[in-house]
Amino acid sequence: MTAPNPSAIAQQSAVTVIVDEGKCIADKGCRICVDVCPTDILVIDLGNGKVRMAYDECWYCLPCQHDCPTQAIRVEIPYLLR
Amino acid sequence: METRHIDVDILVIGGGTAGPLAAIKAKQKAPQLKVLLLDKANVKRAGAIAEGMDSVNNAIIPGHATPEQYVKEITVANDGIVNQAAINAYAVRSHDMIRELDGWGVKFEKDETGDYAVKKVHHLGAYVLPMPEGYDIKKHVFKQIRKAGVEVSNRLVTTRLLVGEDGPSQRIAGAMALDSRSGGFVVIRAKAVVLCTGAAGRLGLPSSGYLFGTYENPTNAGDGYSMAYHAGAELSGLECFQINPLIKDYNGPACAYVTGPFGGYTVNAKGERFIKSDYWSGQMMLEFWRELEGGNGPVFLKLDHLAEETVTKIENVLHVTERPTRGLFHEGRGVDYRRDLVEMHISEIGLCGGHSASGVWVDEHARTTVPGLYAAGDLCNVAHNYMLGAFVFGKIAGEDAVDFIAGKDFAAFDAGEVEAERERVFAPLLRAEGLPPTQVEYKLRRMVNDYLQPPKVTAKMEIGRKRFAEIREDIGRLKANNPHELMRAIEVQAILDCAEMAAAASLYRTESRWGLYHYRTDHEERNDRDWFVFVEVRKGADGRPECFKRPVPPYLYPIADDERDAYDRLRVTAPLAA
Ligand SMILES: Cc1cc2nc3c(=O)[nH]c(=O)nc-3n(C[C@H](O)[C@H](O)[C@H](O)COP(=O)(O)OP(=O)(O)OC[C@H]3O[C@@H](n4cnc5c(N)ncnc54)[C@H](O)[C@@H]3O)c2cc1C
Ligand code: SF4
Ligand code: SF4
Repeated sequence: MTAPNPSAIAQQSAVTVIVDEGKCIADKGCRICVDVCPTDILVIDLGNGKVRMAYDECWYCLPCQHDCPTQAIRVEIPYLLR
Repeated sequence: METRHIDVDILVIGGGTAGPLAAIKAKQKAPQLKVLLLDKANVKRAGAIAEGMDSVNNAIIPGHATPEQYVKEITVANDGIVNQAAINAYAVRSHDMIRELDGWGVKFEKDETGDYAVKKVHHLGAYVLPMPEGYDIKKHVFKQIRKAGVEVSNRLVTTRLLVGEDGPSQRIAGAMALDSRSGGFVVIRAKAVVLCTGAAGRLGLPSSGYLFGTYENPTNAGDGYSMAYHAGAELSGLECFQINPLIKDYNGPACAYVTGPFGGYTVNAKGERFIKSDYWSGQMMLEFWRELEGGNGPVFLKLDHLAEETVTKIENVLHVTERPTRGLFHEGRGVDYRRDLVEMHISEIGLCGGHSASGVWVDEHARTTVPGLYAAGDLCNVAHNYMLGAFVFGKIAGEDAVDFIAGKDFAAFDAGEVEAERERVFAPLLRAEGLPPTQVEYKLRRMVNDYLQPPKVTAKMEIGRKRFAEIREDIGRLKANNPHELMRAIEVQAILDCAEMAAAASLYRTESRWGLYHYRTDHEERNDRDWFVFVEVRKGADGRPECFKRPVPPYLYPIADDERDAYDRLRVTAPLAA
């Protein structure tokens, strides 16, 4: 949308919403997990057309995992809480 | 960034628990009206009840409890500072609401005779109705939203309310929102607005340091408190913080309401029981805190003495509904209820009417002090209202709003206000560089912990206010790279408003009350002579929080002298054997 913020560096966090790319059917139009996530952190990767976690803002609440029609998602407890 | 315009009769903001009921009940009462329910998330899975609920915490079921008993218990649990009329408005509708939800397909526990299986968890009466199969409550509610013909709009982050002129007085005119997907701006005109945006759940920083590791659904950042404040509404009890006893690190409920009726209870490091009731109150939290700080900690939830089949039943609730990752968390730590105690801790602070009593002031009709603006659920100040209170107050608000708008047109508002809000909202996106919103949020919430977490100390809170003022300067340097980050930038501003209001109200009330919730070390005693009043906050002429007193309305059900202090006697005096 705009150029990335030149006065910030990216922070690194472990991915804790694990998507099985073999099972995810986002490339066939599925958007269920992207729709139900309350914190809106799941996006479609423009490279492979599959879902991925884009922000370290997961509430480990599970609607994404429970509503996925192909059981492609596994949510882990965020590292800082484990 | 285009601006979209929408006109509706009744706008309901927040599609979690209270919001859906407000929209459904308004539409049922007046099917010809245009009712819009919008949410920052997706209504289908939005809010605290997205994964179900373990129990109704406050069911008033004939044969088990009466409205009078309940209202009196909450009055005592909240140290007398309540509007009994509002609590009673909930209490007399509690049973009908359970039956209506039951009719929608929501499952509540029943005994062999088909009666609701109410349990005693509170200090005095029996009000807890378990929901062992309560995981799909939101699905049933969502079906009714569809059936009623309510319009739904998702991913709209409401940022400010619009207030218009109505002759010499003022009246609600609508709201403005950011579309967090497209980055568009939306202006909604409405004749009545029902605010149901939940608690201020991202105020303190969880001790894990994880911004989104909150007790509350983190979509509830305190936006509603900030919006009501800027609209000129009165907020109440913001010094009566929400603090919960939670599973350490996981930061979710354990939950004693589920395990208590099965024989689980809270113990200290010696394995001794130290509180008589696990019902969440400020007084209970004070005993909990004393135990943690006084050398008897850590504090644990004890289940290891229960029979195998009982533990399995507990797991089938705690690991399946409400916060279903509890099981995954315990598995990661190698904790098994059969042999291990569950370590508990004290949560960060928040503002919440539904759990404590901190919220937007409403009367028994869910009306705020701004005509046409309603508040329901955790956002309003009806003490200890919880999930069922959110449903009931949503219903009250939706139905009253229908009457309010009869014969009214949209209130006229100043177009300059819309332009100013557009500028405020989009500034972080247009700025070339600056501070990342999540980092500003981290610092702000850490300062909230350092300076506002009870015990409250005057000198500390005063330093806290200085730090908050410095962070306010930083707001002008927030930088967002996309609409998602812009949503976070707006939320930080709401959190800052909440922090400043909570500090102002806490400093204003120069006594201690509500156990740990407002425990001031330099004013240790409760002082009913000067402080048997609500402390209210509104936006002052200088644009800063202004505090004042509001008298407690006369009680419907008087409290006798020997009943008054029941919640001050929660500590077990002679240690009970574990
Ligand atoms: C973990 C947990 C366990 C609980 N357990 C129990 C229990 O066992 N029994 C019980 O009775 N109660 C329980 N409660 C309390 C109960 O869930 C709440 O009191 C009740 O659900 C609150 O309803 P609400 O409508 O106020 O908030 P919510 O249901 O949280 O809804 C608020 C909605 O507002 C939306 N929103 C927020 N900001 C904006 C904005 N700016 N614009 C648009 N939308 C916005 C959010 O996305 C959300 O959908 C629990 C709460 C939690 C968090
Ligand atoms: S719900 Fe499942 S299949 Fe659908 S997009 Fe998400 S991960 Fe892929
Ligand atoms: S667990 Fe909840 S917050 Fe995390 S990705 Fe899934 S739906 Fe989103």
